[in-house]
Amino acid sequence: MNTEFDIGVVGGGLVGVAAAQGMVGVGRRVVLFDEGDVAFRASRGNFGLVWVQGKGVDFPSYADWTRSSAELWPAFARELEAETGVRLGYSRPGGLELCMHDADYAAREAKLARLSKATEGRFEYEMLDGRALRERLPDVSTKVAGASYCPHDGHVNPLFLLRALHQSFVQRGGRYLPDHGVSAVRARHSGFEVRAGGRDWRCGRVLLAAGLGNIQLAPMLGLTLPLRPNRGQVLVTERVRPFLHLPTVQLRQTVEGSLLIGDSHEDVGFDEATVGQVMSGIARHAVTAFPMLKDLRLARAWGALRIMTSDGYPVYQESKDCPGAFVTGCHSGVTLAAVHAQRLGSWVNGNTLPEISAFSTERFNV
Amino acid sequence: MFKSLPEQAQKVSVTIEDRTVQVPAHWSVAAAVLVQDMDSTRDSPVTGAPRAPYCLMGVCFECLTEIDGEPNQQACLRQVREGMVIKRQCGARRVLS
Repeated sequence: MNTEFDIGVVGGGLVGVAAAQGMVGVGRRVVLFDEGDVAFRASRGNFGLVWVQGKGVDFPSYADWTRSSAELWPAFARELEAETGVRLGYSRPGGLELCMHDADYAAREAKLARLSKATEGRFEYEMLDGRALRERLPDVSTKVAGASYCPHDGHVNPLFLLRALHQSFVQRGGRYLPDHGVSAVRARHSGFEVRAGGRDWRCGRVLLAAGLGNIQLAPMLGLTLPLRPNRGQVLVTERVRPFLHLPTVQLRQTVEGSLLIGDSHEDVGFDEATVGQVMSGIARHAVTAFPMLKDLRLARAWGALRIMTSDGYPVYQESKDCPGAFVTGCHSGVTLAAVHAQRLGSWVNGNTLPEISAFSTERFNV
Repeated sequence: MFKSLPEQAQKVSVTIEDRTVQVPAHWSVAAAVLVQDMDSTRDSPVTGAPRAPYCLMGVCFECLTEIDGEPNQQACLRQVREGMVIKRQCGARRVLS
């Protein structure tokens, strides 16, 4: 087959564009298909954490994959900013997960000790009791029992990350096709036909990174991918002078000064709506932990759908029926952006990536 | 910057940046600050650039002002009141006002 592109990436979200940007950076001919505004677009609903703590407690491969991406992130951010001129708002001051009650604190301590042991101490953390926590963050309420602090954690503006990766992809010579939802992918002799925008595009290899859209696309290439949507809602406040120097899982302050407040995990199908009751629960929890937030005004709120596998871990799988076709999906496209940009290209090119072998779809076959 | 048209109107006393002025009681706070000799009514929190009310209908957020000690008030959506204290907003508000 005479291919127009070496690789066709389906999905212009953070996972697809990071992989595509890395691949075009090493000289591959890459085309990126993006559905458009009608897509679910999980990437624009992200909270912005580049987060390590607590991940992969019972799945060391995930803990290591996550931490390796977090280690790559500072250089990745610097290079991306230098290349595009887009400021990402990235910093890595470490991060906190608050424990409201003593029982939460004890459970968290046990969990992180297990993670540290499973990674032979590579995962670092510190438990902060109430007094130690308020020394680091004086604004935390005395109602909070304590927190876990992890130096590997950071945060970024996911919208600027998405924009910078897209700009870099095109600058590097990638072909970007917006409003090109993919309706079919067919394996042909030594290549693939991707149907989008009313015609077939001939690609040597295909990477499906279409988020929840992979549910429809994966079976076309002999891949089964059990995915479910999981809704999270986020509140955004008016801009405030900088005061919160450490991000937490439910509250962080952006470079511009807004506070982002989350989170929820709702099993509601393909429904991105915000719900008053859930939002007030999110707000109430935030004000309990940080009482001085109570008079801040909210500027906007959104709901977005996470890409959730049954065990919550990512998927990286080459099709056995159609070699050269690959599928990937995760709910942590921000944290993993660095490692996706720098490592997935090699995998799509046919090289084994031992770090991701544990994430094959075979683990779902009981 | 602006001059008011002559009108018969009941006036109220408001304080704008520590200067007490008389303005028609039916005016918005944005109108009240625009007739003063002020180049700008706030500084942008992102760049520090001087800004002033713009759309006058509540959608641009350029008119953010401190009113009676409360920051980030949209001056175009607030009516003046006897004794109101109006101050320029310099950059972003503080979390505790």
